[in-house]
Amino acid sequence: MTDRVRKISAAFLVSAAIGLFFIYALLKLDYHWQWPVLLTTRYKFFMGFLVTLAISFFSLILSLLLGILAAAGRRSKPLFFRYLATVYVELIRGTPLLVQILVFFYIIGTAYQLTNRYVMGVLILSVFSGAYVSEIIRAGLESIPSAQIETARSLCFTRFQTYRYIIIPQLSRIVLPPLTGQFASLVKDSSLLSFIAVNEFTKNVMEADSLNFATFENYTVLAIGYLLITLPISWLTRRLERKMHYAD
Amino acid sequence: MQIKIRDLHKSYQGMKALDGLNLNIDDVRSLAIIGPSGGGKTTLLRVLGGLEKPDSGEIVLNGKAMRFDDASLFEHRKRIAMVFQSYNLFPHLSVINNIILPLTKTRQTEPHQARQTAEQLLDHFGLTDHRNKFPSQLSGGQKQRVAIARALALRPEVLLFDEPTSALDPEITADILEVINGLRSENRDLILVTHEIGFARHACDYVAYVSAGRVVTEGGSEHIYEHSESEEFRRFVSRIIGWKV
Repeated sequence: MTDRVRKISAAFLVSAAIGLFFIYALLKLDYHWQWPVLLTTRYKFFMGFLVTLAISFFSLILSLLLGILAAAGRRSKPLFFRYLATVYVELIRGTPLLVQILVFFYIIGTAYQLTNRYVMGVLILSVFSGAYVSEIIRAGLESIPSAQIETARSLCFTRFQTYRYIIIPQLSRIVLPPLTGQFASLVKDSSLLSFIAVNEFTKNVMEADSLNFATFENYTVLAIGYLLITLPISWLTRRLERKMHYAD
Repeated sequence: MQIKIRDLHKSYQGMKALDGLNLNIDDVRSLAIIGPSGGGKTTLLRVLGGLEKPDSGEIVLNGKAMRFDDASLFEHRKRIAMVFQSYNLFPHLSVINNIILPLTKTRQTEPHQARQTAEQLLDHFGLTDHRNKFPSQLSGGQKQRVAIARALALRPEVLLFDEPTSALDPEITADILEVINGLRSENRDLILVTHEIGFARHACDYVAYVSAGRVVTEGGSEHIYEHSESEEFRRFVSRIIGWKV
């Protein structure tokens, strides 16, 4: 059997097993599926999906920046920055996102007159996710042997060159897999923004549900919608990982 | 090369690594630093390599006094090149790029010239077939050859070796020692911290025995092993040689 045939048949078997598992459950349920009613709320689905996509995209970039800053802060010499970064990471990682959303939006947002729900949504998600990103980066930095940095020093690389040519290329490869996981979580966590009335995907699907009552159909669309965002992220990172691969 | 070291001190958290070390050598090609573990050999080499600042003391290398502020040390490191015990190649770069990158980035060598230098050195060390491999695909001996090639490419005034064979098995050790011996016959100045007494004896012109942070005894290789007055040195050497066939 060629490698390709083996792969295809394994994929087929996995799909069949999972498919049968659910089909059996659905048959037992005796549920009357009504897919066509989804068409009546298609605009809501579509707009929600776009909003989630946009919020995720901007949060992803901003959380990466925040994460890098916080990781740098935690390794910096001035105690002020080190403590600031530590407090940030520990507070955010130690509290539920829902609480953060409410505090940032209703207390801080109101006080500082940041009232745009979408901007606040992106900011809150970025602050939340940035704390995790910072820990991923910090762990990655710590796993690079100090001998690498010392060797760069002995070869007369400047501090900037050491980061640019030695640390960051090695770091990117180390942090890529955990970052993918973090970004997939970020996409799904954006659903909590419905609490501050951001019209993202989950909120729109819930609204559609109150109109068409086709609950299972609606949530199936929701699941597929999130997969449409998270699967490409995984796929893209796997490609990047292969590209950066150096045997170890 | 010429090295004058006067009253060198260095402590780590109260532990004295160098305790008033003095060394005065003139017109020596290859210097072996031997001695017991924890005696200060590696610290001495790291200070000479500009990687460590001493607490006090003076060093004059080839007529130039070392200064220990960051900027001066940076300049000093351009004069020397180090080869480490665990090779310390950059794992994300191919063999040839391990040699090219420091040249182009820190010595402002033109890329085509750097490549040419790297290729010549790889050829010299029998590594041409491995030029596009990554360090993880090489054996220990090959990695150390690459590390030596990388150091040589920088055309240093002095080459420093920090126990370059400690991580290698005996056969490969012999191979690397031969490479180092080859450098010596090319009239390069080198300083070698080593446990290989036999090599220090036969391939280095001068030996400094460092223990408890000082140079306990020193001398030319031809006679120090027979005529050293240091009881400790004689015991150290005989204990090591005693187990060899």
